[in-house]
Amino acid sequence: MAAPHPLSSAPVPSRLQRFFASEFFHNYRRNLSAVLGSLIVLGFLFMVTIGPFLVSQNPYDVAQLDLMAAFKPPAWLAGGSSEFWLGTDGQGRDVLASIVYGSRISLIIGLVAMGGACLLGTTLGLIAGFYGGRLDAIIMRIADIQLSFPSVLTALFLMSAFGTGLDKVLIALISVGWVVYARTVRGSTLRETQKEYVQAARVSGLPNRKIILRHVLPNVLTPLIVVATIQVGTFVLIEASLSFLGVGVPVTQPSLGLLIKNGFDVLFSGLWWVSIFPGLFIMLLVFGINLLGDFLRDELNPRLK
Amino acid sequence: MSNSEQVSSPLLRVQELRTWFHTFGGLVKAVDGVSFDLAPGEIMGLVGESGGGKSMIGFSIMGLIDPPGRIEGGRIEFDGRNLVSLSEDEMRGIRGKEIAMIFQDPMTALNPLYTIGNQIEETLALHTALSARERRAKAIEMLHRVGIPQPEQRLNHYPHQFSGGMRQRVVIAIAMIAKPRLLIADEPTTALDVTIQAQLLRLMRQQVVESGTSMILITHDLAAVSQMADTIVVLYCGRIVEKGPAEAIIARPRHPYTRGLIDSIPHETAETDGPKPRLSQIPGNVPDIRRLPPGCAFAPRCRFATEICRTTDPVLAEQPAGRSSHPHAVACHHPLAVSP
Repeated sequence: MAAPHPLSSAPVPSRLQRFFASEFFHNYRRNLSAVLGSLIVLGFLFMVTIGPFLVSQNPYDVAQLDLMAAFKPPAWLAGGSSEFWLGTDGQGRDVLASIVYGSRISLIIGLVAMGGACLLGTTLGLIAGFYGGRLDAIIMRIADIQLSFPSVLTALFLMSAFGTGLDKVLIALISVGWVVYARTVRGSTLRETQKEYVQAARVSGLPNRKIILRHVLPNVLTPLIVVATIQVGTFVLIEASLSFLGVGVPVTQPSLGLLIKNGFDVLFSGLWWVSIFPGLFIMLLVFGINLLGDFLRDELNPRLK
Repeated sequence: MSNSEQVSSPLLRVQELRTWFHTFGGLVKAVDGVSFDLAPGEIMGLVGESGGGKSMIGFSIMGLIDPPGRIEGGRIEFDGRNLVSLSEDEMRGIRGKEIAMIFQDPMTALNPLYTIGNQIEETLALHTALSARERRAKAIEMLHRVGIPQPEQRLNHYPHQFSGGMRQRVVIAIAMIAKPRLLIADEPTTALDVTIQAQLLRLMRQQVVESGTSMILITHDLAAVSQMADTIVVLYCGRIVEKGPAEAIIARPRHPYTRGLIDSIPHETAETDGPKPRLSQIPGNVPDIRRLPPGCAFAPRCRFATEICRTTDPVLAEQPAGRSSHPHAVACHHPLAVSP
């Protein structure tokens, strides 16, 4: 018998096996900051999904609060109670429980707004890049104008026009965030449409809509992964700023930013834990997301290879 | 082709086609009054230097001229229908099904994210009502026909797993799968190794001959055309300077430009001790097409040019010497004498 042909060799490895054997995974394992970043992000995801079942109280169920337990310091300080590891706030809310619930709000806002901005920006970027002409000029000039304002300022302006609320925060963040996607996608779309497979799709009679969705979109997605990752962190920060300034989420759905604000009044009375711990968690979350984003940028950017 | 009935009813008749680009720098007459007929099963070579408007003829036929370009006038009759007046929807039904096109660069002609089977079947899914199983069977058969070994397995491979020549075979398979009646090949072998060029040209010729497809081979490589084509159309600055049967043009070129192109093909000369003759070239460059000189556009580079060439446009006129059914026509005030 002849030797087996190289094309029809051993059984095809599964998707998961291929992932573990890939260069991507290899590089990931050797990159300490990537591992650290993803562990932090995974930790947060774990905390916001099953955390609420683990903490002792629901801080927004008034029946579970005890005003007698207000302003207790963290457990390791004098006067602290092992029931409240990170202390309590002025209404006797467990700070740790507040953080678990607040992280959930912050992360949901970050992820949903990122998804919305990505969808809107990518769509507009594809249209601008593929069709060009007047449509392109209009979309990109709007983007340019918007980029000339600091995003917190734009969001602040929108929030003061709309009023507060979770949905309004999302709208504000999406209208601030789509620009990055539109620009990135437009650039890559211009590059991809020059390639002959897009021409080939046109000469094979494929309608434009299908060419965009089937041929252009999948080829412009890679740089978006990086932008999207970093943006979750940015959005968490912007939302925190908005809530801290009092135009973000309502008091009934406090995010990490609102927790800082709530503790801010008593910060200089020595009751530092009410503000500082939510602040540290925001820092940790954004730090983790950025570490992960940096790794993805290095890994997915063909120019750095 | 010798069949007189086919000659009388061409598959494609391009008449006075004018495709102009209104650019900021000025009006570019990329295609300016081009007419030719293409019989069913005929292979036509469209020859000229870069920037001569060759590709724009192909794109005009496909109806894929983007702004600032516009088809300003003329007719493109395909099978009795004037393609210029069709709507975008109607054109989409013709592209890929009736008229297919192949491009130059096999490296970017395939989408890197899909298997080649997927890309071959895409055209079938678009233009036929075949089931997935039938499409797959057809794709395998087509890959086999273009000479790709083990088509059943290769179907599931991605473009990066193919060499340049193999990719161009896949591209040919994609173009031919819907059995088009006209294939436009725009510099199909320019990006390939010389050794593979001849192979692929032969493959393409075999494919179109077997299926009775007409073909327009757009190239600057007159040597390739001379082996492939039945007729040759030579373009210079958006206009036809000479057209006629391939043998006649190669053997007895009448236009100085055609002559120059032929003379600049390297020939194998017998090994001698003496210095080999220098390869001749056409002096000068293609002029800025936005500022063409009055009269014959080739005059500034032509060693036979006289006063009339610089003032009056030459008309494409049939030459009496033509014996075949295709007349040999040339646009020149001083056509070269037919050397015996």
